[in-house]
Amino acid sequence: MPALVEQPGYAHERLCALTERVPCRETQASTLLALLGEPGHYSYPSIFIYGHRASGKSHVTESILQELELPHAIVSCVECVSAGLLFEQTLVAFFGPEAPSLLPRSSSLSDFVRIYKQLCAQTPACQTRYIVLDRAERLRDMEANLLPGLLRLQELVDDNVTVILLTEIVWDKFRPNTGCLEPLLLHFPDYSKAELQEILVRDYHPAYSPDLYGSFVSILLGVFYSVCRDLRELKHLAALNFSKFCEPLEREEVKESETHKLWRNIEPHLKKAMQTVYLREVSSVQWEQQQQQMEDREAGTLKGLSAYAHVELPYYSKFLLIAAYLASFNPARTDRRFFLKHHGKIKKTNFLKKHEKTSNHLLGPKPFPLDRLLAIFYSVVDSRVAPTASIFSQISSLVTLQLLTQVGHDDQLDAPKYKCAVALDFIQAVSRTVSFDIVKYLYDFL
Amino acid sequence: MSKRKSKESHMTVGECVSQAQKCLRQRFCRQELSTRPMGLESQHKHLLELLRRTAVHGESNSVLIVGPRGSGKTMLLSYVLKELLQEKDVKSNIMLVHLNGLLQTDDRIALKEITRQLNLENVVGDKVFGSFAENLAFLLEALKKGDRHSSRPVIFVLDEFDLFAHHKNQTLLYNLLDVSQSAQAPIAVVGLTCRLDVLELLEKRVKSRFSHRQIHLLSSMGFSQYLETVLSQLSLPADFPDTKFSDEWNANVKKLCEDKSVEDVLRKHFNSSKDFRSLHLLLLLVLGRVTVSNPVIKPADLLEVGRLSSVDSKANILHGVSVLELCLIIAMKHLNDIYEGEPFNFQMVHNEFKKFISRKSHSIHNFEKPVVIKAFEHLQQLELIRPVEACSVKIQRDYQLMKLMLDHTQVMEAIQRYPQCPTDVRQWAFSAFG
Repeated sequence: MPALVEQPGYAHERLCALTERVPCRETQASTLLALLGEPGHYSYPSIFIYGHRASGKSHVTESILQELELPHAIVSCVECVSAGLLFEQTLVAFFGPEAPSLLPRSSSLSDFVRIYKQLCAQTPACQTRYIVLDRAERLRDMEANLLPGLLRLQELVDDNVTVILLTEIVWDKFRPNTGCLEPLLLHFPDYSKAELQEILVRDYHPAYSPDLYGSFVSILLGVFYSVCRDLRELKHLAALNFSKFCEPLEREEVKESETHKLWRNIEPHLKKAMQTVYLREVSSVQWEQQQQQMEDREAGTLKGLSAYAHVELPYYSKFLLIAAYLASFNPARTDRRFFLKHHGKIKKTNFLKKHEKTSNHLLGPKPFPLDRLLAIFYSVVDSRVAPTASIFSQISSLVTLQLLTQVGHDDQLDAPKYKCAVALDFIQAVSRTVSFDIVKYLYDFL
Repeated sequence: MSKRKSKESHMTVGECVSQAQKCLRQRFCRQELSTRPMGLESQHKHLLELLRRTAVHGESNSVLIVGPRGSGKTMLLSYVLKELLQEKDVKSNIMLVHLNGLLQTDDRIALKEITRQLNLENVVGDKVFGSFAENLAFLLEALKKGDRHSSRPVIFVLDEFDLFAHHKNQTLLYNLLDVSQSAQAPIAVVGLTCRLDVLELLEKRVKSRFSHRQIHLLSSMGFSQYLETVLSQLSLPADFPDTKFSDEWNANVKKLCEDKSVEDVLRKHFNSSKDFRSLHLLLLLVLGRVTVSNPVIKPADLLEVGRLSSVDSKANILHGVSVLELCLIIAMKHLNDIYEGEPFNFQMVHNEFKKFISRKSHSIHNFEKPVVIKAFEHLQQLELIRPVEACSVKIQRDYQLMKLMLDHTQVMEAIQRYPQCPTDVRQWAFSAFG
């Protein structure tokens, strides 16, 4: 039996209901509640809560504020593209829907504080007011005075108000360089494996026993725990794959007690799910449909999103792309050896420096000038090609397709530099269509 | 023991605790003025004298109060103003204008705010002014007309003074200081800032009009004084309703401050920062542990709070990453060791990770590359790694150069503390080269 969240000044039933709503987060909830204090008391100007994604930061805070009916405003900083929206939402939550009409257009923090003071004088707070800012890391990108201003809002508006910031990122990355009023830091630790199990089991399927669902969850955690500790993701995966787990039971091939057989049935399926659903290669709906028609097809046969990387290109564009790839990944001094017929004698020992080997595909593409691209292009294309306008326009259209990128904006016309931005698999597929063996020409694979 | 005693009096323990909480919370959170600021007698005298000269004799002054954050600048000023306003002839005479650099981010807003605070909105009305100085001159002119016998002195308080120095042309500062130098209306400009080099931010013409009077609030508190501060901050005041409870509380606080382990915690805190804010933060956390069942502060509470507040927050975040992400961090650490802090890209990290899997690992499966990319991106979201340059669209994500935002010891400590860390991963981390 988990410990009850306790705090004087609130009704007992409310606290019981609150405890019910926050499984495995009782200690955090009670610490937070102790810091907030009784409704009439003053609370610290700002509280900074950090912790991993889906560790119950917003849930616990919202549950406390809603269950205990404290006056609060919950604002997501992702939605608020400008500070004005943030002020508007706060005023609506505290002073009713008419309040924001007092704000001028494109309001500043100064206007907000003025209006707040004005409204606060009419309806003074008998309880602490709370402003919860979700995804607070976005506040850093807004005006520079917003975050320090919000942190000392209690002092500025002279009202019993507390700002709660929720984020994944540590406080050190928030601190402005001239400093500010330090908030009270509170950490929400990640769920342990046992806690994840406990929470996941709570939404078991009514048609089956909780024990069966428990064993399913432990198999799921066994596969996914080393990769993913996000509760939401795990919940989603559990909901998607449970029907597959129960299939042998429905066909009455195995009994509920034979967990080993059930495990053997589901495990390869879950591994496949990691490569597809977890990466959003296949959408959840597709995955479910696939499971229904499992009789004739294997899971994962459906082409994922990344399998559609193949692009139809014109003939010369293909060669331009190949030439760009070669120019990006081969050092310029090896061009003579690869692309000239009578290159004379090159010493092999001198040519292959050991430390240079395979390093290019690790370090990424190098920029190259347009002249080199064209030189390689003419040497790889068999037929004679005139340097017409269409060739040059194809280069720039490759840039707009983001297959090439232009490096340095300073020079548009004279000697622009490019980089190739495609992967090896892609270029191999392209070169296969024009029957060109690209690996033979790559310095790294010599 | 304490429970029964206080039950005999007219308040229950619950009410007593609630009252004590209310009283102390007001002190810690609101920075309420309780007593004369300690250890600042000379500064206090200086400021009071200066402002009185403006208020009573109509002398124009400018002064800067400089001190680190949490050193009691606002407290000192508001205490002085409170004292000043208690004098009879001053109260009806002076006007106060509070401006804050965080709110009044440009001069137009600041001027509006001045108009509002001087109650001149009805006078200015819809009159159109040419320049900023004209507007300000009108304001001060209007101020003069308000009282026929003598013009009323205005005290301008500029909080976050250094932010006003970033306004365009420093027009507001120039005009305020110019008025304090030349015009007849008596004004006092009091700036509060935490920057020691604030005078370097001012333009030459502004600087020459400033009186160069500075009051520094640099804490010269020793540890014994610090202990006294803790004692006085935690004690309940004499006008607490239940005297029995407050006596007991105060006796307990006194005993607490003499405790050896508590002294160690406080000394550690004192060594990291001397300001009042961080002390209040610590005491508030302690206060949160006082409940009806536990109506006094125990040394153990303070020890626990001291431990919690000194935990590295990055270590907290590292505790919650998955094993795969931890492996990537170890790979990055190895790359940092080998190439001496050069930035790396995903390909290099993945290469290092693959080497580990193929050679040593038994517990980590061979994950597909996209799964590893997802883990890598999560680390980037947590800002444990950061791209060297910001243009993310132009470079493929595999080849974007990154830097690890953790140092060697942080990674090592995280691996020590990691729950159920696989042995081979741990060994890999401790072996010198990947």
